[in-house]
Amino acid sequence: MALALQQLINGLTLGAVYGLIAIGYTMVYGIIGMINFAHGDIYMVSAFIAVTVFTLLATFGISSVPLALLLVLIVAVLFTSVYGWTVERLAYRPLRGATRLAPLISAIGMSIFLQNMVQLTQGARVKPIPPVLVGGIDLLTVDGFTVRLAYTQILIVIVTVALMAGFTWLITRTSFGRQQRSCEQDRTMTALLGINVDRTISLTFMLGAALAAVAGVMVTVYYGVVDFFIGFVAGIKAFTAAVLGGIGSLPGAMLGGLLIGLIEAFWAAYLSAEYKDVATFSILILVLMFRPSGLLGRPEVEKV
Amino acid sequence: MATLVLATHSISPAARFKDAATVAFIALLLGIPMIGLTTVDQGGALRIATRWPTLFAFVAAAFAGRLVLRYAIDQFKARKLAHERSAAATAAADAVADSRRAGRPLLTWVGWAALGVALSLPVFFADNRYVVDTATTVLIYVMLGWGLNVVVGLAGLLDLGYVAFYAVGAYTYGILGTQFGWGFWQALPVAGAMAATFGIILGWPTLRLRGDYLAIVTLGFGEIIRVILVNWTELSGGPNGIASIPRPSFFGLELKPPGDDPTFASFFGLEYSPSQRIIFLYYLILALALITNVFVSRMRKLPIGRAWEAMREDEIACKAMGINARNVKLSAFAIGAMLGGFAGVFFAARMGFISPESFTFSESAIILAIVVLGGMGSQLGVVLASLVLVLLPELGRDFAEYRMLLFGAAMVLIMVWKPGGILAHREPTMRYVADGEKR
Repeated sequence: MALALQQLINGLTLGAVYGLIAIGYTMVYGIIGMINFAHGDIYMVSAFIAVTVFTLLATFGISSVPLALLLVLIVAVLFTSVYGWTVERLAYRPLRGATRLAPLISAIGMSIFLQNMVQLTQGARVKPIPPVLVGGIDLLTVDGFTVRLAYTQILIVIVTVALMAGFTWLITRTSFGRQQRSCEQDRTMTALLGINVDRTISLTFMLGAALAAVAGVMVTVYYGVVDFFIGFVAGIKAFTAAVLGGIGSLPGAMLGGLLIGLIEAFWAAYLSAEYKDVATFSILILVLMFRPSGLLGRPEVEKV
Repeated sequence: MATLVLATHSISPAARFKDAATVAFIALLLGIPMIGLTTVDQGGALRIATRWPTLFAFVAAAFAGRLVLRYAIDQFKARKLAHERSAAATAAADAVADSRRAGRPLLTWVGWAALGVALSLPVFFADNRYVVDTATTVLIYVMLGWGLNVVVGLAGLLDLGYVAFYAVGAYTYGILGTQFGWGFWQALPVAGAMAATFGIILGWPTLRLRGDYLAIVTLGFGEIIRVILVNWTELSGGPNGIASIPRPSFFGLELKPPGDDPTFASFFGLEYSPSQRIIFLYYLILALALITNVFVSRMRKLPIGRAWEAMREDEIACKAMGINARNVKLSAFAIGAMLGGFAGVFFAARMGFISPESFTFSESAIILAIVVLGGMGSQLGVVLASLVLVLLPELGRDFAEYRMLLFGAAMVLIMVWKPGGILAHREPTMRYVADGEKR
């Protein structure tokens, strides 16, 4: 029981991070119908930026934890969204209107490029940072096993919930959100109505990158280590989450992320840690067999 | 479009500088966290290190590069516009049709020339082990590319986990060869059948899925196979893999130093040299690849091959015409997987050692890149793309640490330059020709 509660907490934390990354995939897919394979690497870039800024702040002697976290978040979000913008501008915009596979290949190329760039400029070794936020709340103790809710976990969940609320407001209530949704429905018609489609798509990429940046900072604080390869696995998991929740749907991405996080945590605790990725993908295949458009996705109507 | 080109033609130098300055500013923003600043490990704790001169050089390069690139693009567009104006629209259309008609025999000749080069390569480079080895690697990728071409290029099913079938083929031979003492030629058909079975196992649940859902499921399938290979130590040897896999023989004649049994060298009265085995392996994969090519080309002309291409173009129309979508898709998966399995058997036999390291997602990505860069569905394009993707990292060996960086950049640039692939080919293999019309 205690173990289950602990895994529930861990799974929800992990799932929140996956969900944040998954939103980037699902928005990009919704608006231009492509898998942004480089998204996981954008997240990895942000984790490295976070490590650099944390070290920089320590050099300047800023020891207040909330201030440091806030500064790191702002800097990481700003620089990472520039990366998101650049990736779109260089690798995807020239391919608009090409076959569906062309942007996928350039995305895979971009992913390889980003990974190797970080490896070359920041080094191939794992980078550890000193713990930023230590401690936690002991919830209950059963038979000597203490269920612990770490402060970092609380932070991740609070930040995720706040971001989701802000994001839902942005998409459903603001004029940018309306433009973004209309681009999803019909890009040509949106352009005819005088909306700058290219700019909307660029902003979508920047927003996706910003959310990935928050996830990157959170993971850096949570695990305390980063390396240049973390983007690949997290990217695949997050994309799986987006598909599981129904690609193109924002609540779906969050739900999918949470489910993947929970499945992983429980599978690793009770069945086998080695096969947790197999479990994730098997469940994805099962869901898609019986509900091909994901949990919250709208079924696509094929027209002749 | 035309007015836009005219406007850019008369750009003032000031505007050009402003444009380049914008790019340089973005380069600065990109460069600060990655190039300008880095963290170095010092006594267990990280410390900031700066590289401002490198960052400055990067920004300056971005500025200059943008100026030159923008100027070149404008010149190119202006010239193209002038060219288009001089040629009447109808004449241009005729010219395109003419060049297309003239283009096909040319490509056929290129294909035959490539075959000639491939056949005679070991004759000229018999002493150069490196060249023959690299050519063998190219041919493995050509074969994998042709196999995946059936699934992606012809049937239009996006497969991101093709490496799984390659792994199934390699491990089938690895296990049969080391634990049951099977030879290469005995294991080849079994491994092919095994891979085809896995193709059907993957294909069956994914029949209803389309496009990107299929992509993620195939990707997951590839990862599942890899994770199983890493963890099922009794079967696959785990991360250590399988070593000392038997080498292929030439009709029962081993290619090894003279011993008790007749060897290839002693049977033909030749002096033994290690390069014989290298060259034999080269011709073996060449033969396998050519059989694959002939097989796939013939399949394309059969009803099933035409059904693949029709399914790629329009699934609903196919169903309406009474084509069994399930069988068509499953056959594409099975045949593509079988060819990948054959390539896997060859890979295991050539290396003598296999481990899950060789079957990661990046391998799938490279094979898919070969198919797409080559121009989906084009057999010759696969050869060209394999040459580019295998030789590019090889040529980059002198600056080894940058080669994967350049590889990624090249993938993006080739796609941006030619989105349809190097040899764009989306025409149907068979075409309806009305009576009396000249072919």
